[in-house]
Amino acid sequence: MQAALCDLKVGQGGTVVSVNANADILRRLLDIGIVSGTRVHCVLKSPLGDPSAFLIRGAVVALRNEDSVNITVDADFPLAVVKENGSYGAVGRHKSRRS
Amino acid sequence: MGLTVQSVGIKAAEADIKEKIPKGAKVIALAGNPNVGKSTLFNKLTGLKQHTGNWPGKTVTNAVGEYKNKENHFAFVDIPGTYSLIAHSAEEEVARDFLVFGEPDLAVVVCDATCLERNLNLVLQVSEICPKVVVCVNLLDEAAKKGIFVDLELLSKNLGLPVVGTSAQKGAGLDNLIEVISKTESGDFLASKRVKVDYPEVMEKAISELEAKLNSISSFFNNRWIAIRLLENDIAFITKLESHFGFCLKENPELLKTLEKVKKELLEAKIDESAFKKYLVSGLVLTAEAICDEKTVKFKNSDYKRRDLKIDKFVTGRVTGPICMLMLLAVIFWITISAANYPSALLWEFFSFLEAKLFEFSVSLGIPTVLADMLFHGVLRVLLWVVSVMLPPMAIFFPMFTLLEDFGYLPRIAFNLDRGFKGCSACGKQALTMCMGFGCNAAGITGCRIIDSRRERLIAIITNSFVPCNGRFPTLIAIITMFFISSGASGFVSALILTAVILLGIGTTFLVSKILALTLLKGAPSSFTLELPPYRKPQIGSVIVRSIFDRTVFVLLRAMSVAAPAGLVIWLLANLKINDLSLLSYISEFLDPFGRAIGMDGVILLGFILGFPANEIVIPIIIMAYVGGGTLTEYSSLFELKNLLISNGWTVTTAICVIVFSLMHWPCSTTVLTAKKETGSLYWSFITFITPTICGILLCFIINNLSKLF
Repeated sequence: MQAALCDLKVGQGGTVVSVNANADILRRLLDIGIVSGTRVHCVLKSPLGDPSAFLIRGAVVALRNEDSVNITVDADFPLAVVKENGSYGAVGRHKSRRS
Repeated sequence: MGLTVQSVGIKAAEADIKEKIPKGAKVIALAGNPNVGKSTLFNKLTGLKQHTGNWPGKTVTNAVGEYKNKENHFAFVDIPGTYSLIAHSAEEEVARDFLVFGEPDLAVVVCDATCLERNLNLVLQVSEICPKVVVCVNLLDEAAKKGIFVDLELLSKNLGLPVVGTSAQKGAGLDNLIEVISKTESGDFLASKRVKVDYPEVMEKAISELEAKLNSISSFFNNRWIAIRLLENDIAFITKLESHFGFCLKENPELLKTLEKVKKELLEAKIDESAFKKYLVSGLVLTAEAICDEKTVKFKNSDYKRRDLKIDKFVTGRVTGPICMLMLLAVIFWITISAANYPSALLWEFFSFLEAKLFEFSVSLGIPTVLADMLFHGVLRVLLWVVSVMLPPMAIFFPMFTLLEDFGYLPRIAFNLDRGFKGCSACGKQALTMCMGFGCNAAGITGCRIIDSRRERLIAIITNSFVPCNGRFPTLIAIITMFFISSGASGFVSALILTAVILLGIGTTFLVSKILALTLLKGAPSSFTLELPPYRKPQIGSVIVRSIFDRTVFVLLRAMSVAAPAGLVIWLLANLKINDLSLLSYISEFLDPFGRAIGMDGVILLGFILGFPANEIVIPIIIMAYVGGGTLTEYSSLFELKNLLISNGWTVTTAICVIVFSLMHWPCSTTVLTAKKETGSLYWSFITFITPTICGILLCFIINNLSKLF
């Protein structure tokens, strides 16, 4: 299931498929180790839902939604995780941002 | 709150870093990702007290320290943490420029064992530039606790570089590090087996061709690396390179021809500049991934983030996060106020006694009364007030704040508040510089280097002084205690009022950031990545020693050095008379109408003006001026002080206006000078000066007029 990185719910993981951003942001994302094939996990959402924090190569890194929306991930099947953290997840909150 | 001599600018000029390197010492650069414990390692190696803290971007300037034993003489240079050598922000530029142009004899790349793979990205980049590199895998103890084990020998074999494991906080592995540095420096470990980053074949070909061309022109420090930068078209860097080597690439037609030729070939292979960049970094990332295979780094406990995650869920929760921030702020103030109250009173009593005795004694020695009066009731009194009022709260506030900082809570504040800052087109890291402002606004402004975008950095610099520095805390606390707390009430109410004042400052920070972003500093918010470091157990003993001896004493000395001459000036103003009226009354009468318009009076305004060198002395100046007026002669407690103020016409409105004006007026001279240094522009330093001034005057004017309605 392909999704934007910002749409991952807390506790949900995925594998990066592609990174689509301008050179500046791209460089930053690549610096923290986001390339195609990288495993990412959404671990936190800030109180207002943006930014979110992701576990990337052993480090927890916060990204704003408008940056992470450009990262396409192949999301893991989320059901079990959503149940556990459902109260925390921000389901579909950023959909409008992408249109 | 990196409040040390270095960060306030006395030694901060990194331009002349070379002058600070002792003669005959080998220069060893300490590089590494942000927040991997470089500064801790640096301090342990050199015995210096570079300030450390658990958040990325703590070190923003280069620092030099010496290490000497029988065989070795090293000068260690602690450079700011950086993820990569392609600079995005000012502090990363400092790091890269030192590695490239500072020509260190050897570079030590410090890595975090808990996320080694990401750290290798920088190791690979440094090893592309520097001929002699030692990899130091730090935080081994922390990694072991989390069930992460690094096979150092295998890592060394995979990298083709010497690798040393350390736990710098405990001092483990440091002797070994020195030994390996010494061996590598003298050439025992050669670069021949070094791992090479894999780039696509077309790129490799282009790089080699350009490198060969560069070789035929001249031998710069590392032609392959320069070739890559040329192909990547890193204009800012190329310009710097040209000025450093005094060599203009554009004036070499042969080089340009080759460059254009290989670029064309790359384009034919569908690799444009942006794709080239992408391959460069993914090459690094994938090589790092290959080096960190499961044999090299073993995870015994796959759930190692669980404890941190639990804390994080709480401190960044939708409901618990904001509550947690407010509670922490209030509790810290509460402890500071209630614990500082008693020692402050005691010190003041003791000092008053001392002052009186000294005065008597010197008069009995035959020193003229006028001179003794000037020395003891002028200079000494202001000095002692500053010490007795500032020392206790600082000695309590600083260690507590440092504990939070060491624990790793500050980046979580930035995480929580980023949405708000984004709404103001600013950067969430501004929350970190705001926190540093609590210690000292000048340090906060230097800290703004962690913000990448110039626009957002300027916003953070201009709004920094809306957070009261510790020089203004005692003023706030004293006035709150005098005017808003009935004599029996606990310090908790004061703490709550103080918290509200701070929130007013933070609210103004947001508002002014937004206004700046809509007017002087238009633009869209830039990208934002912030690492949330693992929580670390603070070293309580060293925190207390460090914050008292480094920060408290330093700040106190600075305040005292300003307080003494200010005391003299105010005494002279109060005692030099023209036509039976003191100079002081002339000045304060002149300022009076303006002061009254904003709810204060001429004396208070004069206090703020004379407090320009250091905000700590505002209240003592006001008191001296009132006492000099001759209404009261002695006062020994806050409540007698209150009576003095009331007899000089203070009301609750005056108190509120003084609190607001203390929160928002011109930043102190050190802060303005730091802003000048950081922005490099008179215009922006003026904006930094005038913005809080306008806010304070406006707000006080409004409060004053509103109060007249009731």
